[in-house]
Parts: sequence; structure tokens; C-alpha cells
Amino acid sequence: MAYILIFITAIFVNNIVLSQFLGICPFLGVSKKVETATGMGAAVAFVLTLATLVTYLLQKYVLEPCGLAYLQTIAFILVIAALVQMVEIILKKVSPSLYQALGVFLPLITTNCCILGVAILVASGTYDSAGMEPGLLSGVWFALCTALGFALALIVFAGIREQLSMMAVPKGLQGMSIALITAGLLAMAFMGFSGVNNGLTKVFGL
Amino acid sequence: MNNLKVLLNGIVRENPTFVLLLGMCPTLGTTSSALNGMSMGLATTAVLLFSNLIISLLKSLIPDMVRIPSFIVVIASLVTILQMCIKAYAPSVDASLGLFIPLIVVNCIILGRAEAFAAKNTAVASAFDGLGMGIGFTIALTLLGAVREILGTGHVFSLSVFPDQYGALVFVLAPGAFIALGYLIAIVNKLKK
Repeated sequence: MAYILIFITAIFVNNIVLSQFLGICPFLGVSKKVETATGMGAAVAFVLTLATLVTYLLQKYVLEPCGLAYLQTIAFILVIAALVQMVEIILKKVSPSLYQALGVFLPLITTNCCILGVAILVASGTYDSAGMEPGLLSGVWFALCTALGFALALIVFAGIREQLSMMAVPKGLQGMSIALITAGLLAMAFMGFSGVNNGLTKVFGL
Repeated sequence: MNNLKVLLNGIVRENPTFVLLLGMCPTLGTTSSALNGMSMGLATTAVLLFSNLIISLLKSLIPDMVRIPSFIVVIASLVTILQMCIKAYAPSVDASLGLFIPLIVVNCIILGRAEAFAAKNTAVASAFDGLGMGIGFTIALTLLGAVREILGTGHVFSLSVFPDQYGALVFVLAPGAFIALGYLIAIVNKLKK
């Protein structure tokens, strides 16, 4: 049950983009078309889950036993950069069609702050684990759900922007300005889910 | 004279937030109050200044192929030092900015300026560029924080503008960040013409 709660909380209640403000750059940058947004969402979901798994193991079995926890930021960003590069090489070999689809977005992911942010949250055990002991399984599940929340926000926003591009927007508001206001309204819609997690905690008896 | 121009370029003509639209995560995430915005801006300024300085000094030593990873290591080291200093000397800032301090590493402004300016210019000019960009970022964050705090709670820093109960709380919450920044950019666009 706790896993279902993490799923709902991470996707709707504490949406990584619309309420935690992580990963805004790709959210605003690659949301002009639903197709590219889907590609970006899939690429982020893949890398985020993998990066969380690797950085968690790195933190627990290398950095902490050696007393090097202060190197967390440096170690994590290098792991993420290397991982993105590796994923790119493997995908190119194993599934050229998927590589073609994600191609442009893969290198961009290194500087997506939701990857490093979630990796740090999970490794330091400060994420919302729905009352469970923070650990590898719940951490990776949290990362996957967060990534799905990112993809959902990105795709919904891209859909709205596609419609918006056909509307007449006042001159001063054109471009990023109206996009930000739209994102604000979308965030307001997602605020409607706030409190759902507390209700579910009661229903599930956690 | 030339350095002054570089400094002003970051503050006005190429303001990282309002004109270049870089580093949106800390811009939206840390501006729930003017003070938080300012502390984030100053922290970023410190990293930008030193990363630009160090990278421009090292630029002849770094092979072109591993340029970006080397820049990231320099930036990440600086952020780690900063994080430790903030934890030691300003624990309240650490508590209010939290996760966003280590995330300065992935702020696109810093890597962007390293790549676009520091890798091509002298150390002094790069330091001025870092300082200018940092000040521009700080001004933008403080302004956005002030707008959100006034509309949301009726006071800014410790100055009361109107009574608390008339504040629109939504501006302190997530949606207000997007909306306030959207309108601020619209105003800047209007002023530019």
C-alpha cells in the first residue's frame, strides 16, 4: 500500500516540476510539441531511475564507509554525466530506433536538475517514503514515480502550448511570458491534489 | 572601462533571468521571500565569480575534448566548499534553501558562462563577467522574491506594506512563482522596446 501512496504522492501531490521546481529548464525548453515532450519524458524516466540506483549504492557502499560523504555533489554529478554517456552508447548499439527518438535529449539530461536533486534526496533519505524506512527499493520506486510525474507534467504542458500557439496573445506576453503564466495555472490545477496523500494515508491505515 | 561594460552586460543587457532565461529552477524554487531570493543570488554569485576566474586561468591546460567534464568538476568543487561554509556559518540559510544549494552545480548560467565567456577571455574580464552575471541574477531573484512576498503576505524583508490578512497566499505557493515571473518578464519585454 505504501508503494501506491508513494506513486500518487510523487506524481500528483508533490509533482517534481509544478510543486518542487526541479527540472524547469527542460519543462520550459522542450515543451513546444507533444512528440518531443514524450521523448524527453521517457529519456528522463530512464536516466533518473538508473542514476538513483547507482548513486544510492555509491553513497551507501563507497562514500559513507570511507568517510567521504562531503564529496557527494561532485561524485553524483560525475556519475550522472558518465551514466548519460553510457546510456547513449548502449542505446546506439542495442536499439538504434529508440536512440534516434531520444537522441537529442540524452546529452541535455546531465544538466537537468531533477536528476541530481532526486539522487541527493534518495541518498540522504529525506524523500517522502510514506512512512516506510528509506531504503533502496522504496528510493528507486520514488525516483521512477517522480520521473513519471515529470513526464506527465511535461506532456500535459506541451499539449496546452500546442493549442496556445494558435491563439492571439498580447504582444508583451508572447513567448516565455505566457508559457510561464500557463505553467502557473497548471500548477494551480495540480494544487487541487494537495491533501490527497494525507487522506490516503488514513484510508490505507499507514 | 571595458571591464565595466562586461560587468553591466550581465546586470542589464544580458540579465540571466529576464533576458537569457537561464537558471529557472532556483529562480522559481527559492524566491518565496525576498531574503531567500537574495541569499540564493549571492550564493550563486560567489560560485560564478570563482568558477569563471578559475576556468579562465586553467583554459590553456584543459584539453578541448574533456572541457565540459572539467568545468563541471571545478564548479562542483566550488559548490561543495560553499555548501560547507553555509552549513557552518549560516545554518538558517542552509535550512531555507536546502536542496537548492547543491543544485547550484546544475544551474545552466554557471556552465553557460564558463563555456561562452571564461573559456575565451582573460581572467580579469571573466571575473568581472561572473560578478556581473551574479549581480544580475541576485537582483532578479530579489525582485521576484519581493513581488511574491508583498503580494502573498503584505510585507517585504521586515517592512510591512499592508496587513497580513489581505495577502494572496497563492503568490507564496508554487503557482504564484510561475505567474509572477511570467508578468515580470512581460514588463521587462515592454521596457526593452
